[in-house]
Amino acid sequence: MSSDNPDNSRRKFLTGSLSIVGGTGAAATLWPFLSSMGPSAKAKAAGAPVKVDISNLKDGEKIDLIWRKKPIWVVKRTKNMLDSINTSDEKHKDPMSENAEQQPEFAKNKFRSLKPEILVLEGVCTHLGCNPAYKPSENKFFCACHGSNFDLAGKVANGSPAGANLKVPPYRFEDENTIVVGELPASIEIQKG
Amino acid sequence: MIKNNILAFIFLIVISNISYSASVKSELSTKYKATSNINNKASLQRGAKHFVNYCSGCHSLKYMRMSTLAQDLGIEEAVFSKNLLFTDKKIGETMTIAMKESDAVTWFNAVPPDLSLTARSKGADYIYSKLNTYYEDDSTTTGYNNVALPNTSMPNILANLQGGQKLVLDSNNNPVSLEKISDGTYTEIEYKQLTNDITNFLVYVSEPAKLKRYSMGFWVLLFIFIFTIIAYYTKKEFWKDVH
Amino acid sequence: MSEKNQTTGVIGWVDERLPILSFVRNHLTHYYTPKNFNFWYFFGSLAFLILFLQIFTGIFLAMHYKPDAKLAFDSVEFIMRDVNLGWLIRYMHSTGASAFFVVVYLHMFRALMYGSFKKPRELIWLFGVFIYLALMAEAFMGYLLPWGQMSYWGAQVIINLFTTIPVIGPELGIWIRGDFAISDPTLTRFFALHIVAVPMVILLLVILHLSALHTVGSNNPDGVEIKKNKDENGIPLDGIPFHPYYTVKDFVGIGVFLFLFALVVFFVPEMGGYFLEHANFIPANPLVTPEHIAPVWYFTPFYSILRAIPDPAFGALAMAMSIVVLFFLPWIDRNPIKSIRYRSTLFKINLFVFVIGFLILGYLGVKAPNPLYNALALRFSEMYFIFFALLYFYSSTRNNLFSYVFSGVIIFLILIYDLLRISSDNYIMILTGLTLVITFVVFMTLSPLYSSLNKEKEVPDRVTE
Repeated sequence: MSSDNPDNSRRKFLTGSLSIVGGTGAAATLWPFLSSMGPSAKAKAAGAPVKVDISNLKDGEKIDLIWRKKPIWVVKRTKNMLDSINTSDEKHKDPMSENAEQQPEFAKNKFRSLKPEILVLEGVCTHLGCNPAYKPSENKFFCACHGSNFDLAGKVANGSPAGANLKVPPYRFEDENTIVVGELPASIEIQKG
Repeated sequence: MIKNNILAFIFLIVISNISYSASVKSELSTKYKATSNINNKASLQRGAKHFVNYCSGCHSLKYMRMSTLAQDLGIEEAVFSKNLLFTDKKIGETMTIAMKESDAVTWFNAVPPDLSLTARSKGADYIYSKLNTYYEDDSTTTGYNNVALPNTSMPNILANLQGGQKLVLDSNNNPVSLEKISDGTYTEIEYKQLTNDITNFLVYVSEPAKLKRYSMGFWVLLFIFIFTIIAYYTKKEFWKDVH
Repeated sequence: MSEKNQTTGVIGWVDERLPILSFVRNHLTHYYTPKNFNFWYFFGSLAFLILFLQIFTGIFLAMHYKPDAKLAFDSVEFIMRDVNLGWLIRYMHSTGASAFFVVVYLHMFRALMYGSFKKPRELIWLFGVFIYLALMAEAFMGYLLPWGQMSYWGAQVIINLFTTIPVIGPELGIWIRGDFAISDPTLTRFFALHIVAVPMVILLLVILHLSALHTVGSNNPDGVEIKKNKDENGIPLDGIPFHPYYTVKDFVGIGVFLFLFALVVFFVPEMGGYFLEHANFIPANPLVTPEHIAPVWYFTPFYSILRAIPDPAFGALAMAMSIVVLFFLPWIDRNPIKSIRYRSTLFKINLFVFVIGFLILGYLGVKAPNPLYNALALRFSEMYFIFFALLYFYSSTRNNLFSYVFSGVIIFLILIYDLLRISSDNYIMILTGLTLVITFVVFMTLSPLYSSLNKEKEVPDRVTE
């Protein structure tokens, strides 16, 4: 019926515009729904920085806290532990912490921390998200799920299923014994600005 | 912006005509009308400040997240934390209060209600007239009574700002008006503005989304309008076959 | 099926195994519909659109809502404030509920006007009434979920209706609530029914409603069967394929509807307290009843009928009857003429008065009762049922004896009830109301004997536009 119609081009143009406008509208309508599945204001507020007092943390001890629903480890490394950390190419996949995703700028150093003895890490294996165990006697973290090994700076050992070093969260020292996890050190912010 | 305001204005007129046939209240309390405009940021900011100063000791806003409030009122978080934040609270939390319900009952014989939704459940005019219609009444424990909420257990905490009022009755003992009997630290106009700002703030708190609704709605309507026009001409074109 | 399509490639491969193309042909591109649909024929597709919208928004609300008496109210405010654009989704759902009833009422009115419930479309009508019933259950249970004062007390009143049933009533009420009063178990079961069970029933009924429709074909404003006049290819002369003609037309209707819908969602989501009631912004409190409880507007006509009779059991019975009677409509109105265009003046008056009466009942239902309103509610409830009696009466030409007896019986039934309750306090109101109703009944039943008001027009063979 329509092929005989002299106004076929007009018809095509109109159906085309209607489809485009209607399709755009339908896609735009999806936005509120998809957006509603993102973190709510409440979840974001719950992800605010957390403070931890480390004055009672003993040498070689590890404490856990939670930031953004993820486990955060704070370890006070002994002299012996620090000695065990090296940046050997043969042993580690990313010995120099080149992968910028895995730590803030300030932790791109040998011990991956602000202060050498204090280690702050996200306790989430970079392979598939298990929580690695702390093995102070062996100077490592070991993920039992698939056998990944990390040294006491969180660097992943060669031969591990995990591909990246354990993540260092943003943190700063409010004073000698108080760490704020979730905020960068003030000096870093100034450098950036 | 102008378009939005015009649209908003038209709808406000429409709804103001069909809204609220509230229960039979005293004629007098209906004489107090709030002029709420949640797009007036200055008024909202003053209202927020007054609320924190005068109301938040007893009344919580347990659904109002302070980070949302700071953002919507255009207050920087640092400024907000310094001036409006309740003690040892984080900005991401809601405006709850520390007062225990059992203490409240001892002090006021009632638990001060949460005011997050009062402007939606009882209306802006109710809040405004509540704040404006306290009058001296020796028969009550607080020494004050209220036209909008008779025998309220809430003390007249703004008394020294507003000054004292007396209820004037007609020959049938029906309340006719409130008469000022002593001056407060605020003039009448200043006090009206103060209470109006608090009311306006509570209107915002009852539905923060209202700030976004109107402007978003305008664009959605415009889009649907264009869609409908195209659909109309498409329909006309196809229906040439039929007619 | 003889002209099974010859498409090759992937689509052809699929179509041989799953008849999607044949489905499109049978129900869209080669489904012939009367060419004379008017304004009233938009509401079927709109109802379908709203059903989709409600399911879609409902899924996303269920992601954030918590069906727990302690958490429900807070979680709704959480959606309104903390979930990204949660307020928009919630307002779409709450406005959608009201829009659904607006559209369904107009859709049903269309059926009444054009006789779309008559042979051979009785099953379409029956499934439709079942959809309407399921929709009422769905809306009622959904309204409890925000757990505000109106949610709580509205549910309290409606569930107590069931307790008026003789013998089993009180036990039944407890069973429905799962407790001695409305509480957490009531909320959780309403949630389950609202988001899973009833929507599935509605979807099934919609499939049946549409299958029945596509089997017999659509009625039209002339009430002419287009299948009676076909060309040599077996295509109805007055028919046009649903697609593209009615798809493009429906898009215009959808555009206008969405415009109005967005107007409410963005600018007046409470609709002055009719879509979202003010008292529902106060959390449910079993110790304090709001000063005035009214159901949401779409229930109020039936709520008025319930209140019109000051006896719980008979009131509930009258309300139940007012819905049950809808099921019998195809067998009550047996007049062979379908469309209002060719029916008598008296039929038009009857339908007009019915619609006005239904609206007035709706208005009275949102108002606090007083003696005048109660009297009006009773009279318009009587008129509601008289409408159906008159539909039966106009099924064919009635002789003198039948007319007099018929009107006598109706008047007698009304009179009995009034005589039972008349007293020196209320006799003026009773007599006034009684006079008006009796005058109406006498006029509607006896005027055909003495005038041409019941004269019907001849139905054409073909549609007129």
